[in-house]
Parts: sequence; structure tokens; C-alpha cells
Amino acid sequence: MALVNQETGLTQQEAVAKARRREPGLPVASLVLGALSLTGMMISIWMIFLYAPTDAIEGQPQRIFYFHVPIAWIAMLAFVVVALAGIGYLWKKDERWDWAARAAAELGAVFATLTLITGSIWGRTTWGTWWTWDARLTTTLILWFIYIGYLMLRSYMGRTHASARAGAVLAIIGVIDIPIIYESVNWWRTLHPQAEVGTPGALPPSVVLTLMVSLTTFTLFYSFLMIQLYQLQRMQAVAQRLRASME
Amino acid sequence: MSYLSIKGLKKSYTFKPILRGVDLDLCRGERVALLGANGTGKTTLLRILAGLTKPDAGSVTINGMDIVHDALQARYRVGFVAHQPYLYDELTALENLVFFGRMYNVNEVHERAVALLNKVGLARRARERVSALSHGQAQRLSLARALLHSPPLLLLDEPDTGLDEGGNELLADILNEHSERGGATLFTTHNLEHALSWSDRIAILHAGRIVYTRETEGLELEDLQETYREVLRPRTKVLS
Amino acid sequence: MIFLKQVLTILWKDIRCELRSKQTWTGMGLFALLVLVIFNFAFDLRVDNKAAIAPGVLWVAFVFASLLGLGRTIAAEREKGSLDRLLLCPVDRKAIYLAKLLGNLLFIGVVEIVALPIFAALFDVPLFGALLPIVLFGTVGIAAVGTLFSAMAAATQARELLLPVLVFPLIVPVVISAVRATGTLMVPAANEPPWLGLMAAFDIIFLSASMLTFEYVIEE
Repeated sequence: MALVNQETGLTQQEAVAKARRREPGLPVASLVLGALSLTGMMISIWMIFLYAPTDAIEGQPQRIFYFHVPIAWIAMLAFVVVALAGIGYLWKKDERWDWAARAAAELGAVFATLTLITGSIWGRTTWGTWWTWDARLTTTLILWFIYIGYLMLRSYMGRTHASARAGAVLAIIGVIDIPIIYESVNWWRTLHPQAEVGTPGALPPSVVLTLMVSLTTFTLFYSFLMIQLYQLQRMQAVAQRLRASME
Repeated sequence: MSYLSIKGLKKSYTFKPILRGVDLDLCRGERVALLGANGTGKTTLLRILAGLTKPDAGSVTINGMDIVHDALQARYRVGFVAHQPYLYDELTALENLVFFGRMYNVNEVHERAVALLNKVGLARRARERVSALSHGQAQRLSLARALLHSPPLLLLDEPDTGLDEGGNELLADILNEHSERGGATLFTTHNLEHALSWSDRIAILHAGRIVYTRETEGLELEDLQETYREVLRPRTKVLS
Repeated sequence: MIFLKQVLTILWKDIRCELRSKQTWTGMGLFALLVLVIFNFAFDLRVDNKAAIAPGVLWVAFVFASLLGLGRTIAAEREKGSLDRLLLCPVDRKAIYLAKLLGNLLFIGVVEIVALPIFAALFDVPLFGALLPIVLFGTVGIAAVGTLFSAMAAATQARELLLPVLVFPLIVPVVISAVRATGTLMVPAANEPPWLGLMAAFDIIFLSASMLTFEYVIEE
């Protein structure tokens, strides 16, 4: 026997089925990306620690560069994804865009944190200080604050359409602002030259190759994680619908 | 040719469906009373018509203009009296009307404002701040605000609550005048007597849809009460 | 132009309401002065390092006072959930944004006009006429972003906390430029980047972006 909710006219099964629109293709993509990431990681780690040459000036600690740069790249990429997903949501009003935005924001925040940590460690080994106000690191720090602000905003506003719209606007404003922030910090730095986190000068091919492999691996890994978090968002939306249809 | 045309209107608040496909038409000069239990979406429907919130699905046209695509133009044609008076407490009654008059691009704002204050019986309160007015007086001012731009469509959300006897008479007069001039009116109420005497047609909203409409001509109060009770009776179907 | 008329109508209404409630002005003015006095004790401004710190002190005071004012104007509208009063009217949402922005600029501007001479007196720093465009562009930058986000934050419970968290990171370019430009006025330096130009570009970009996205934030 199935009780029909007098308000919604839906049975419990119908409500769940309606909310659970299947996303075709994702489980396959997830598997493929997962396998590729795993392989990539193994190759990368071998290359980073064994293949890439030891830096003449900095020594072994320089290898953190091969983690720091891809992680920083992902932190930036994720933010662009949040902004694009936000634009998609404002345009199409389909909540799936918002699921992607939230997933990207959570991932981006984590990667931004890791960028700051790896950058800090690298700076410590190179210059002896835990922090330098170099343009990239500073911009990442500000980006980190924007991520946290985004997550706070979404959290306070809950899972509503207004929340999705507000998040989209924040991401759009933020993504326009990031290059301006970077440039202004750069200008400011020319007046206070300080320790810089980076590898100056031309890089030998083996270094470039290792970096490219690492970059690709992390991007694959990010895509894999995006699918997982997207599914998580979808599940949360299903749960929300269930709760609403039961009352 | 209907002035207001609502088709398949749907609206949910965070996945909780409130309006599930509302169909309703209003002609010029027609007054419709919308009845229904609390929380069934009457206010939501009016808010959509007033342009305060957008529907999830369905279409609403006012004099042929779509309420979402021509939102700005549509708002010019609607006057809305809600639960809240939508007035500014720190401004005087007159200043409030002048403000809204300017926003609606009314000609000769001052004269119009004074005329309306007279009409709703607040002429002596023109220079008092809204915070000093009683609830009933604020409601009258809200009515004046809604009439400033002579809207062809008048929406009122439970206008009779909070008004005294004199206020109710005033309301009835205004509604009559409005429909005589060819304006359409949609109002909600819990008072079935008011619904019968102030409208040409009643409609009952239940479970997100209009489930009953009937011309009020020849309709007796007892019959309406019976119908109302019957429609609103809770139902749970059991399927096997 | 109806658009312009509506902007001015809303602005006039806001000014009237604010003057009658007297809440925001006095609070902001006092706050800016307090910050300046506290900085006097926090930093020991002797002659040699004055130029290095004074611009920072001034702009920190302005930024904090701005944040205070920004929260108030939209919060006042949103109390009792009454942004509806404006949304009901046939008014372009961009006009609402502009009116709120102009109102914010006015409030912050008044505080700045009061604070500047006092700043000059307290820290024995000469006031320059060329300071005007810097203060103007800087304030517009802060207010352009701040007006948009105060509308956003006003919908939440923790609005006083959320507004600075959202706004501070985004106005970093403005703060850097304003402080450096002010510093250059006091102690001219060679090869200084075009800070005023950066502020102007920032203002134009974010005025436009905020105006266009405002409706998504305040409509239900």
C-alpha cells in the first residue's frame, strides 16, 4: 500500500524517483578518470623524485615545486569553474549548474589551502621565512579568502535558489577581480622587492617534462574529484526533496 | 478577451510545491474573490501577479503583456495591497504617496496624493509619520498607495482584516468604483460574506490549484459555506 | 528620463529617512574619529616614518567606516523584509543599485570630509587638493563592491560578519592603490605606477559588473 501525500499528490516512490534523475555517463567517466589519475600519480611521483634533476642551488627541497605549481593551477582553475557554473546557473536556472559550482568551490578551497602550505614550505626551505609577500602567493591568499567567503555565504543562505544566485554573483565578481588583484600586488611589490617563490630563468627540458606530467596528473585528479563531489551535491538535493515531499 | 490570464502557474519554495498549475482568467470590470485555507498559496499567487517573485512554470499575461518578460511594464498596470502596508515609517503619509507617485511616474503627483488622502479619509493625517498611524489607518494609506497610478488591475490580500467598519465600507466603495471604471480586481479573504457581497465570482484555491469557481449571482451564503467546507476537507487516498 | 528620476527619488527618500532616524551618520562619524585616535596610540608617528604610515592609517579608517555604513543602508531596507516596497514599483533594478550606491557614497563622503581635516591635524600632515580624486576614486571602488554585497549579506543572519569577509579581499586593489597614491602625494617618488589609473579602471569595471548583477541578488 502506498500512501499518497494529500498535498503533493505524489507517492513516496514517485517523489524519490523524480528527484533521482539519473546522470548517464558519469559512473563510466568517473572510473576512467580515477584509473588515469592513479596511473598518472604513480608516474608523476617516480618522475618527481627520481627522474627530475636535483636543483643546483636549492637542492632536494626544490622538488616541492612540482607539487606546488600544479596545485596552484588547480586552485585557480577551480575558481574559474565556479564562476562559469555560476553564469550557467543564472542563465539556465538549472540547479545542476549550481551542484557543479559548489563542488568546484569546495575543491578549490582545499587546493588553495594546499597551495599556501606548499608555497610556505618552499619559501621556508629557500629563504628561511614561512611567508613571503610575493605576487602569486599573496593573490592565492586573497583567493583563499574569497573561497572561504563563498563557502560561508552558501552555508548561511542554505540550499536555496537565492543562495545559488548570490554565490554565482560572488564568483563572477571574484573571477574578474583576481587578475586585477594580481597586477596591483605586482606593482606594489616592485617598490618592496622581497623574496620570491619561484624558479627563475630558463628551465631544462627534463624539468619542464616533469612539470607537465605533474600538471596533467593533477588536472585529471581534479576532474575525478569533481565528479565525486558533484554526485554528493546531487544526493544532498535528493535528500532535500525527500524531506520536503514528506511534510 | 480577458485582461488577466493565468495558465498553468507553478511555484515552489525550496522544492516544496505551493502552486501546482493555477488557471484563472479575469475580465475588465470583473471582481474575483479568492478563497482558501491558510498557507495554500493565495499570497504567493498575488505576489507573482504583483511582480515580487517569478513563477517556476506557466504563463501570466496582463493585457497581453507577459509578466516575466515585460515585468517593468506589467508593474505599471498593477496595484497591490498586501498584509504589510509597504510604507516608509519615517516619512509622512503625504511624503509616502508622493514617493510612490514619482516611482510610478504619476502626473501632478502632489494633487493626486492629496486627492487620494481625502478619498481614504486621511486628509487630516497627511503630515503625520506613518509610525504614528494606527494599523487601520496604515492600511487605508496602503490602499491609497495602490490606487495612485490608477492601475487597471487591483490586487488585495485580505484587505478586510485590520480594517474597522468604516474601513470596510470604504473598501467596498472603492472596489465598486474600480470595476465600474473597467478595472479588474482580485482579492483574497477569509470572510465569506465579504466574498459574496464584494465580488462577481468566487474561486477556491486548494492544494495548489483552483478547484472551484462560481458566479456569485444567486449564490446563497449557506451554500457557499457548505461548498467551502466540502472542498477544504482533508483527503488521503490509499492506493494498493 | 524615468530611470534617472527614479534614482533621484529613491536617493532623496533614503536621505530623508536617514536624517530622521539619525542612526547611521553619528555612528559612522564617531567611528572614523575613534579609529584615528586609536591609531595615534598604536603607531608612534615621529617625523621620519610619518609618511610611511599615515596613508595606511587614513585608509584603514575609511575602509572600516565604509563597511559600517554599507551594512546599515541596505539593512534598514531589509528590516521587516521590506525591499519589496521598492521591488513592487516599476523600477529597473539597476536604478535601485545606483540610488543605494549614491546614498552610500554620500554617507561615507560626509564622514571622510569630517575625518580628513582631523587627520591632518592629529598627524600634522598637510592636506593636498590632489587628495580629492584619490579619495573619490577609492571610495567609489569600495562602495561599488560594498553596495552589491551588502544586499547579499543582508539576507543572512550573520550579516555584520559576512560583509567584511566578502568585501575586504575584493577591494585589495583599491586599498593598495589608494594608500600608495596618498603616500606618493606626501613623499613624491620616481617611477611610481599609475595608481589613479588603476583605481579608475577598477571603478568602471566593478560599477558595471555590480549594476548588472544586482538584480540577481535582490530579486526573489
